[in-house]
Amino acid sequence: MIEFKLPSLGADMDQGKLLEWKVKPGDAVERGQVIAVVDTSKAAVDVEIWHPGIVEELITKPGDTVPVGMVMAKLRETGEVAPAPAPTIPPSLRKPASPAARKRAHELDVDIDKVAGTGPHGTVTLADIEKAATRPATAAPPAADRQAEMRKAIAAAMSRSKREIPHYYLSEAIPMHRALAHLARANEARPVTERVLMGALQLKAVALTLRRFPELNGFWRDGAFQPGAGIHIGVAISMRQGGLVAPAIHDVDERGLEDLMRALADLVKRARAGSLRSSEMSDPTITVTNLGEQGVESVFGVIYPPQVALVGFGRVAERAWAEDGALRAAPVVTATLSGDHRASDGHRGARFLAALREQLQRPEAL
Amino acid sequence: MKREDLKTRVLGILTTIAPELDAGGLRADEPLRNQIDLDSMDWLNFLVALHEQLKVDIPEADYGKLATLDDLLAYLKEKLPA
Repeated sequence: MIEFKLPSLGADMDQGKLLEWKVKPGDAVERGQVIAVVDTSKAAVDVEIWHPGIVEELITKPGDTVPVGMVMAKLRETGEVAPAPAPTIPPSLRKPASPAARKRAHELDVDIDKVAGTGPHGTVTLADIEKAATRPATAAPPAADRQAEMRKAIAAAMSRSKREIPHYYLSEAIPMHRALAHLARANEARPVTERVLMGALQLKAVALTLRRFPELNGFWRDGAFQPGAGIHIGVAISMRQGGLVAPAIHDVDERGLEDLMRALADLVKRARAGSLRSSEMSDPTITVTNLGEQGVESVFGVIYPPQVALVGFGRVAERAWAEDGALRAAPVVTATLSGDHRASDGHRGARFLAALREQLQRPEAL
Repeated sequence: MKREDLKTRVLGILTTIAPELDAGGLRADEPLRNQIDLDSMDWLNFLVALHEQLKVDIPEADYGKLATLDDLLAYLKEKLPA
């Protein structure tokens, strides 16, 4: 039997509300298939399953709020015989709850297994039950609520970051005339629908450079660094009505520029439409933010835990630039690195930015 | 296409890119990007939509000619069949 649990959809999310099942009992599902839509504080997320099977039972009901890690559905392996339905949940699998909470849940007719516990080890408390009893089961929250929820989620993640992560900050001015000329030349031959933006070029440069600096690409968990399984760059995307999300583009280092640009355009579009996939929310291994278009020279970002680094780009602007003994006007961008000092040192961070600068001088290799 | 019709089409497309846009309050002789929060991705999406709906292709080299709504309409009028 396969248990389908609500995956973590980022450091700032500990529960989600099921909006809709995309499957029904008896359906065969494939690896990577979207099987549910779950509302988080930031977006309605299409949740994928990573194990093929046949849907046996949908446990969570639309409208229910469930904590991360809770079993939402059961599936059987392809070929596995359907078991007789289990009459009750064995006590050891029961949700931890205080006796007072159980009693109150019974009185208020609240299903305790569907309540997110806020006590120690996720224990459901009396307050949780009373809150659950008053919360109406509705569809996605109205926009104003979503705004407030998103603000809260950002506040929680960023406070945690500044509490836990000893940041160090580095910056480097990078000449961009080669990259700009290369992009202009390449775009001349491309129809408008296939034009590549500087943002995509920068992402690719960061990804290729990261291959040589694995200590910046991954997570700090349980007191140790865990390298990322691939280079999955979280792209900070601002929402038009305020707030931001930073979903991942997977394996950026392995993508061609045109493919990367399509992925970026698609991601921005879906992020703004509030339609992201669970894998995009849960596994960025580093974040890249670009505030240059808002006119700032540089951005020193706050690392999104449990990641260990964030790369920022400012505006590409003409500045006085000295090179080979001559002074001239040249387009320059300031790239910054916010690093987690537990996982890396400034020395390596500095080498990273220098390597990124060199990478951007060879745009034809991107 | 008449200028007014073209303007309506263009503003309609722009509103799909920037839904918060108050088309009536837009100054036609001031740079669009000073009045609307358009990043390069929004701008590209705008051009793609113009391309799809009006069948007009705008090369990157011409972006500089399209700062204001007046500029844009004059440019499009020239490119489109009368």
